[in-house]
Amino acid sequence: MTSDVQAVVAELNDLCADLEAAGKPVAIMEICGTHTVSLFRTGAKSLLPSSLRLVSGPGCPVCVTSQGYIDLACDLAAEPDVIIATYGDMVRVPGARGSLETMRGEGAEIAVVYSARDAVKLAEENPTKRVIFLSVGFETTTPGTALSVLEAENRGIDNLLILAQNKLVIPAMHALLGGGEMPINGFLCPGHVSIVIGSDAYKPIADQYGKPCVVAGFELHNMLLALLHIVRQVAAGENRVENVYSLTVTEPGNLHAQAIVDKVFQPCDAVWRAIGMIPASGLELREEYGRFDALSHFDLEMGPDVCPAGCICGEVIQGQATPAECKLFGTGCTPIKPVGPCMVSSEGTCAAWFRYNRNTARTVE
Amino acid sequence: MSERKRKEEPCITMAHGGGGEMTQKLLKERIIPKLANDLLNPLNDSAVLPQVDGRLCMTTDSFVVQPLEFPGGDIGHLAVCGTVNDLVVMGAKPLALSLGMIIEEGLPLATLDRMVDSIAATAREAGVVIATGDTKVIERGKGDGLMINTAGIGVMRDDVELDASRIEEGDLLLINGNVADHGLAVMSVREHLEFDTDLLSDAAPLGSLIDTLLAAGGREVKFLRDPTRGGLSGVLCDLAADTGFSVEIEEANVPISRVALHTAELLGLDPLSVANEGKVVAVIGKDAADAVLSACKAHPLGGMGALIGRFTTATPPLVELITRGGGRRMVTRPYGEELPRIC
Amino acid sequence: MCLAVPGKILEIVDSGEPVIGRTAMVDFQGSRLEASLAMVPEAEVDDWVLVHAGFAMSVLDEKEAKENWDMLKAALGDDVELVGNEPTPKGDEDDQ
Repeated sequence: MTSDVQAVVAELNDLCADLEAAGKPVAIMEICGTHTVSLFRTGAKSLLPSSLRLVSGPGCPVCVTSQGYIDLACDLAAEPDVIIATYGDMVRVPGARGSLETMRGEGAEIAVVYSARDAVKLAEENPTKRVIFLSVGFETTTPGTALSVLEAENRGIDNLLILAQNKLVIPAMHALLGGGEMPINGFLCPGHVSIVIGSDAYKPIADQYGKPCVVAGFELHNMLLALLHIVRQVAAGENRVENVYSLTVTEPGNLHAQAIVDKVFQPCDAVWRAIGMIPASGLELREEYGRFDALSHFDLEMGPDVCPAGCICGEVIQGQATPAECKLFGTGCTPIKPVGPCMVSSEGTCAAWFRYNRNTARTVE
Repeated sequence: MSERKRKEEPCITMAHGGGGEMTQKLLKERIIPKLANDLLNPLNDSAVLPQVDGRLCMTTDSFVVQPLEFPGGDIGHLAVCGTVNDLVVMGAKPLALSLGMIIEEGLPLATLDRMVDSIAATAREAGVVIATGDTKVIERGKGDGLMINTAGIGVMRDDVELDASRIEEGDLLLINGNVADHGLAVMSVREHLEFDTDLLSDAAPLGSLIDTLLAAGGREVKFLRDPTRGGLSGVLCDLAADTGFSVEIEEANVPISRVALHTAELLGLDPLSVANEGKVVAVIGKDAADAVLSACKAHPLGGMGALIGRFTTATPPLVELITRGGGRRMVTRPYGEELPRIC
Repeated sequence: MCLAVPGKILEIVDSGEPVIGRTAMVDFQGSRLEASLAMVPEAEVDDWVLVHAGFAMSVLDEKEAKENWDMLKAALGDDVELVGNEPTPKGDEDDQ
């Protein structure tokens, strides 16, 4: 262990022991799925005091994408002269009748892209086809999609369509906290979302619900430092917004990115898989860009979100249960045959537990 | 791949696979002369191999890769390395390969020529001959340009005993160099995901390196496996499952180039799960480990070799990684095709 | 939630498109990818930018970076003592 990591861990140990002795053990929610994975991958979890409970939140865009959306994407993939352009993350997510991967096996054209700009390029190169870009993601990802819509419009590319299910972090935090007593003492806030929305965006959360919010990057020392800052605030009875990722996150965020998103998208109610509808937590294309909306070109509708029997993903992503408390975890539900959304994405809470957590490991295979 | 091939470029046609004049011309002008050797030259229906002393070892592997050529290698190079390596990690001396090529109508003859050149050069490098072969042509749109199957036959060495059941607590794991180069290099030329990179595939025939390791460690080299698809983590998970011991790996000791580390990060991939084609994982009794490591480092394919971990009796049998920061986590095998992610 | 990696701007090209504006060839320690600079109009050659899905999302402030040198080094992977060797960097002859 390097000395800076050692120092942070030592102080965390002392503070958490004191708080536990006082009957006030600390629970912190990491909102972001990349934090969930990074906390495991870097070994941070193994260095934390046992009395500090980390709870994973709803910050994995794949996990919270409703099953109805996946089914719709599969239906669209089956339409003639359609190319589905998608991030690799979405390819294996199962819907009611299969995944994009199984659709590809049946002959559908599925193009894995790295950037929304590649979808524009794909549309330009295939003028006789309709290229449908699966637009998922949080605030970090949406500006690029918005810019790509503007690019397509500017260049008169009319065969690019967007199936939007972009989501917003702050309304989801309000929904989690607004439901009554939430056994969480503070929030580890997503570093890369915060580049866009700025650390000031968490002020209402900190003020209204009395929860410390600390923005962190994804490297071991930085994540541990952020956890220490939260625990220090908890011990002192404070509830401020702090930013230990000031290398790249500012208070107001990236105003250019915010403006580009605002030009193309507007807030809408959105269904979060296994949680349900959260008011004004999603984004839809504004009317003037309505012709890019994939749904307006096909006689198809988004079906309901269905939660598989026995699956407690809804409770897991709201911090009410750990994956290990699910009867299906590791037996009926594994990354190879996922039942619930948290096992589907590699940064889903259940997948991360299955992949990295020795204590819940049943067997190598 | 490319739908707009230059019309004037000479290409494979269905006639090349008809078994007639065109087939003979293709074989006699473009393939056989480059692969010529005493076993192949009679051009009979089967190759007749010389009598050998010892047990025989046989393997087969099929190769599909898109595109056919990638930084640091091509499908021809892979088709020889893959099968030769499957023989040598068993402790066999490769004798001969078969070569089956399924060629898609429309493949430029110039591309075919480069692939056959590559096969010939790699076979020479690996010290193995192509003893028999076959070509078929399939209609445009029904293949990936060129698909290759190679089978290999070798003679087992009798001075070593490579068997996972001989592994004991305290045995050490060695790898001969940087992980993840091959998979990342191939990904850099995949459709829609192209990027420019200094990375090159590590594909290489491992026979001479493995001779070196076995000469240095003898029977104390207990097991060898090439971490191809599934990467290093796949091999380690197999070992934990097969031996009943846990495997403990030090992240800081696993050789990786800065480029590969950052490229994997860029694509959201775990470098431990990315494919290699010129690496071998060796399990060595701990008293022999230093000697084997020194021998490895002195070999052209082993300069970056390192001891990366050990077998322990921790239960249940799992693979655990000690991270650079001093934490611990489990290592599991990848689930399937690793796709670049944004999350 | 969102992967983003720091890279250094090698060169900036005007795409000629009013929307996309400038794009940059960004070096990620040996692999190079084009990224749009539309969200970071202040970015210049030699700046470090954080790139997510083909878009530069922020310029790493130099003053801030110096104060956070350890964190920057960690973000760039410079804290790790790599035991691997490096491939020979390609020349730029194929780009320009």
